[in-house]
Amino acid sequence: MENSPNSRSSLSETHFVASLDETPLQETDSVAEDSRPSNLYIDAWRDVRSRPLFWISGVFILLIIVVSIFPGLFTQIDPRLCDLGQSNAGPSAAHILGTTKQGCDVYARIIFGTSTSLTVGILATIIVTIIGVIFGALGGFFGRWVDAILSRIGDIFFAIPYFLAAVVVMSVFVQYRNVFVIALAIGAFAWPGTARILRGQVLSVKNADYVTSATALGVGKFTILWRHVLPNSIAPVIVVTTIGLAGAIVAEATLSFLGVGLPPSVMSWGNDISAAQRDLRNNPMTLVWPSIALTSTVLAFVVMGEVIRDALDPKARARR
Amino acid sequence: MSQPTLNNPMDDRRIGAPLLEIRDLQVAFATQSGMVPAVNGVDLTLLQGETLAIVGESGSGKTTTALSVINLLPGAAQITGGSILFDGVDLTKLSEKELEKVRGKQIGFVPQDPMSNLNPVWRIGFQVEETLVANGKATRGKDARAKAIAVLEQAGLSDAKDRMRQYPHQFSGGMRQRVLIGIGLSSTPKLLIADEPTSALDVTVQRVILDHLAKLTAESGTSVLFITHDLGLAAERAQKLVVMYKGRVVEAGPSVELLQNPQHPYTKRLVAAAPSLASQRLQRSSTTISTPDLRNDEGVDVDLVATAEDRAARAAKALTAPPAVQVENLTRVFQISSGKLRSEPFTAVDSVSFSIAKGTTTALVGESGSGKSTVARLVLKLDEPTSGRIVVDGRDLADTKGKDLLALRRRMQPVFQDPFGSLDPLYNIGSTIAEPLVAHRVGGRREQRARVLELLDQVSLPKKLVDRYPNELSGGQRQRVAIARALALKPDIVVLDEAVSALDVLVQAQILALLGELQSELDLTYLFITHDLAVVRLIADNVCVMRKGKIVEAASTTEVFDNPREQYTQELLAAIPGAGIKLGV
Repeated sequence: MENSPNSRSSLSETHFVASLDETPLQETDSVAEDSRPSNLYIDAWRDVRSRPLFWISGVFILLIIVVSIFPGLFTQIDPRLCDLGQSNAGPSAAHILGTTKQGCDVYARIIFGTSTSLTVGILATIIVTIIGVIFGALGGFFGRWVDAILSRIGDIFFAIPYFLAAVVVMSVFVQYRNVFVIALAIGAFAWPGTARILRGQVLSVKNADYVTSATALGVGKFTILWRHVLPNSIAPVIVVTTIGLAGAIVAEATLSFLGVGLPPSVMSWGNDISAAQRDLRNNPMTLVWPSIALTSTVLAFVVMGEVIRDALDPKARARR
Repeated sequence: MSQPTLNNPMDDRRIGAPLLEIRDLQVAFATQSGMVPAVNGVDLTLLQGETLAIVGESGSGKTTTALSVINLLPGAAQITGGSILFDGVDLTKLSEKELEKVRGKQIGFVPQDPMSNLNPVWRIGFQVEETLVANGKATRGKDARAKAIAVLEQAGLSDAKDRMRQYPHQFSGGMRQRVLIGIGLSSTPKLLIADEPTSALDVTVQRVILDHLAKLTAESGTSVLFITHDLGLAAERAQKLVVMYKGRVVEAGPSVELLQNPQHPYTKRLVAAAPSLASQRLQRSSTTISTPDLRNDEGVDVDLVATAEDRAARAAKALTAPPAVQVENLTRVFQISSGKLRSEPFTAVDSVSFSIAKGTTTALVGESGSGKSTVARLVLKLDEPTSGRIVVDGRDLADTKGKDLLALRRRMQPVFQDPFGSLDPLYNIGSTIAEPLVAHRVGGRREQRARVLELLDQVSLPKKLVDRYPNELSGGQRQRVAIARALALKPDIVVLDEAVSALDVLVQAQILALLGELQSELDLTYLFITHDLAVVRLIADNVCVMRKGKIVEAASTTEVFDNPREQYTQELLAAIPGAGIKLGV
């Protein structure tokens, strides 16, 4: 209370006006006209583009794809031309990674086995995605009895461990063991996870105002599902799919290793690892090389999935 | 300069020495592209026992300024300069430990959102006791309990003793805000910072709460730093106003003086655009009190009074036109599940009847839960009525199916409240506006494109926006896009469900002006759903006041405002922020 009454009243009743130069007035609600278009996917692409991990895993995945389509470009040696006299030989100029017990070239077998692993992985993932998206999207979007039926079917499949189921299926279809059957066996039991994720997303997106707006504008139900709901809820499925692909490759190798996967006549990393385990003591490298191929492929897909997950989640992007 | 005569009864009460002096405050946010200033050289002085309001749009830095007083700034923000003197102590120089002693004890804080600021897993009583104990006002146990009950009673909660054992979800928004105010004032602080304390509440609740807050702070001589976006509310509740724009103070002074004699172009804009004030000015233009005429002032692009007067003059001719929409005894009953297998009927809309003449605007006004949005959904046929009839242009909505329904949807289009939710984030603006054209197969690709550009022009958006995405636009621009989309099929009837409620005042004024222009240009019929009576005054020809599913009063706008018959309508009118300001000499 040390202030004199005069200064007090002047303090409380002055009318301060800032000069206009200090804060130039902008037009209300002006548009930034020169910025580039951006939405979730465009932003995600811009984000991903600047990440070295994306390029490393991307180039590796691309390499694997090229190898599996044109294995002849990477080796001149016929992996089926095995010389028993060269059994378990170490690395040499002719066989840079050495030979197996049967005298087959390890490097050539890895190169020619790539397409098996990748095909199984991709096929299984396609099956998982198709079934998962149909079940998840329809169940979430239409709700009520549709959802009840689809979700219960999903629950039944979810309750069966998919690997165990694949073992059983493969044991039953002994004479039909090929790439397609094994992909089907893996895919048929792995989709409920995808369906659940998508269903949850669809449930939240379908209540968005833009869906209501579209209905009121006269847009049909399936068009809304296809053009508004799915694109806005598919992002987590993309992530799960990329990581799931790695899982399917591992599953094939494991089934083959256990002897319930592909027949020994089919070249695959799983079969090679399985055959090599008997010589683990005297020639461990025949086991190590295909394992490295398997691990690095799986790692590439998992890393790619992680990078995409980060890019599609704007909150994670802001935190970095 | 001659001092204006102040007619505010609060003025002669306990005004003392400066309690809070903010000098040249600078606050910046750390972002990827360096430090971005949010507050840029703010000065303000708050005297003891005084109420000062900081007014501004979102992003003006008003909340940041207030939060920096108690250093509750979000992680990325930092005070980069200036001083905050509170009772002679510079708060910016205090350590976190020392600040804790000031927070709560000497400076109370009432946060914005009553829904998220009480911990849902703890009982109300515990949360109040916790504050009292933390501030050393009580010892744990019986003492704390007794004092907590006293705090809740003082905050105006009935049966405080029983309420102590309840959880936040058992409280209404207004009750929660009372609890927060109680907590904020529990240790009789010298200063209370109230950050938009009532913006989430219904107007009548807002009024009661603010009245109560004013009474409590006046009794204890507490100074209040009040943050709001509503100029009318600020002028009504505070002796002094500080108007902020882009992190700076553009104008400051006594409330009434500022409203009557705004100097800075930005303040003029705000005065011209605030619905609460415009509705006041409209009311008074028929009486004797003079108010500034801002319609031709430099920098002011929208004056709501002018907009409203122009609109009313045009629409007056249309009032005798045949009805475009007729609603008869409309009832909607929901089954609310109340336990395992049982469900209880809940009547959301209770035999509502009204009609809208072609080319006019009818407003449905009500507080949350009054059933007004359900009526909108029923009229749009997004939901089926339990009983009653909706007739649009002579056709009963219940009998319209298939092709006819599609044709009807063409003639009646909606604009929804949330400008951030009603546009698909993955659709660019062009596709969004073209969507109804595509859905109804109107024209070829090129014609659709041409129509989109024409519509963008109609809602005053640059054509360049066609290939942008909604997340790049502001709320007002999105709402323009939503309006353009609604107009794409050249409808006769537009249902506006709280279409301007989520927007900043200046943007809101622009959209209201746009809606007025479009109505006269295209002869549109509007059903305008809102909770804001001030906006109704400016845009509607007829008003239906809804409460608990029923229409309690329906008449022309002038009649309802000049001559409200129902007590509830009178309460609503009195609760319009700014209704209590005594403008004029």
